[in-house]
Amino acid sequence: MILLPCPYCGPRNASEFRYVGELATRPDPNATGVEEWRAFLYMRANPAGWTTETWFHRAGCRQHFVVERHTVTNEVRASRLPAAKFRDREDERATGGNVADDSGGAIY
Amino acid sequence: MFNNRNGAKNRHHVNDYRKPARYSALDLIRYGLSGSDWPRAWHAHDLQSSYDVVIVGGGVHGLATAYYLAKNHGIMDVAVLDKGYIGGGGSGRNTAIIRSNYLTPEGVRFYDRSVKLYETLSADLNFNAMFAQRGHLTLAHNDGSLRTMHWRAEVNKLEGVDSEVIGPDEIKWLVPYMDTSERARYPILGALFHPPGGIIRHDAVVWGYARGADALGVHIHQNTEVLGIDVADGRVRGVRTKRGNIATRVVVNCTAGWSTLISDMAGVKMPISTFPLQAAVTEPVRPFLDPIIVSGTLHVYVSQTDRGELVFGASVDPFASYSMRGSLEFTEDLAAHVLELMPSLAKMRVLRQWAGLCDMTPDFAPIMGAAPVVGFLVDVGWGTYGFKAGPVSGETMAELIATGKTPKLIEAFSLDRFVDGSLVGEKGAAAVGH
Repeated sequence: MILLPCPYCGPRNASEFRYVGELATRPDPNATGVEEWRAFLYMRANPAGWTTETWFHRAGCRQHFVVERHTVTNEVRASRLPAAKFRDREDERATGGNVADDSGGAIY
Repeated sequence: MFNNRNGAKNRHHVNDYRKPARYSALDLIRYGLSGSDWPRAWHAHDLQSSYDVVIVGGGVHGLATAYYLAKNHGIMDVAVLDKGYIGGGGSGRNTAIIRSNYLTPEGVRFYDRSVKLYETLSADLNFNAMFAQRGHLTLAHNDGSLRTMHWRAEVNKLEGVDSEVIGPDEIKWLVPYMDTSERARYPILGALFHPPGGIIRHDAVVWGYARGADALGVHIHQNTEVLGIDVADGRVRGVRTKRGNIATRVVVNCTAGWSTLISDMAGVKMPISTFPLQAAVTEPVRPFLDPIIVSGTLHVYVSQTDRGELVFGASVDPFASYSMRGSLEFTEDLAAHVLELMPSLAKMRVLRQWAGLCDMTPDFAPIMGAAPVVGFLVDVGWGTYGFKAGPVSGETMAELIATGKTPKLIEAFSLDRFVDGSLVGEKGAAAVGH
């Protein structure tokens, strides 16, 4: 299993978390058509490589947060709170998030 | 796509081709006494510059599709491409369970056809796949699952599939080592008993189909990774591989866990997430476990192979990944759950564990048939239940390719259902612990 860097609690075993899934923007249900809505519901990028996804720390702070993870190696590059801009390092430091280092990141 | 048998012209180089001997007891004695080599079961070929049909993925689905294309429809100009060796993916990593006790009528009909094909497979392929129909027990540990078992039993009976709900006493009679007492952490209330269910030697199924397809003229190309699919004007034109380019009008995606990556090459979006599923096997012991035991509550299934090893499977890992590394959590949970069922196994040792990739769909039913790109067909979304569907998938996909019409058996599994919303909810019977 892997360690995940929770922005509040620090690195914890992945078994403490619930995997929510790929980060996707929810279309406005009042403005969107059926096709677009179902594409949002069902279609997945499912890349073999870096992906941005949401996790929920169910056995810890019970907060949702966003992780950049490599789906082949399970290496984790960065995590942040959902509202923070992903590449804004100052934000990540301010919230105690795990910050990527340019050498390629740590393998948790 | 091919309305006549004119596409059946065999353009292959057959210089060193020796049709495989029909395996027989006489052959066994002859080759055994003379010490001479058996003919190769399948052959290596040069990559042709064009094929009528290119199948991506050399597992049981890809090879069965090729075999039935050649056998039932006379389409022999077929290439099966695999990036590694045949049967190296899900076909060689599953826990080899065959059953048809599904929840939806569509699912039951489909898998029942597969069981029927498996029953005669060894004779059809002249290759012993060692199918043992020892019965299949799905345990219920709470009222909710017992209700689902009754539901499945009734749907099964309606479709002519042998299934019934039995109580703890009968379970104890079938599996004396099982803890059916009320002292258990999750007492067993009953089980769905499915006598036609069984286990098979999965490698033999792959090799049997490969040998059968090869004998009919299909080219099997191992170590031939697909790098791209050429699409022009919404039609498939060809496939680019590590060993060269192939012109073709039909490409079939049979790549299970990697199917999103192949569909991406054709520009077809898929509702698939890839999850690893881990399994483990113990040291061999004398035969004591006849049926296959499945427990959704405990996330585990157990069977004993002909060699005496216990094969354990579980639910998929808790997050999407293409990594096939095992994890300690899995082994610990698995061992704990197996011991809940059969405490007397406490001293048994796990020999090895492994993982395979599962292409999970939102409704736990597969995706079969045409895609928005003409000539690009999918046979994917097999999640944790792909191996048992191998023969029927091959048969129906071959019929679709040959006639251009979607067989009734797979109409419900089209990719379009994720647009029009007619999902086939198979979660209650397809897998454990989801």
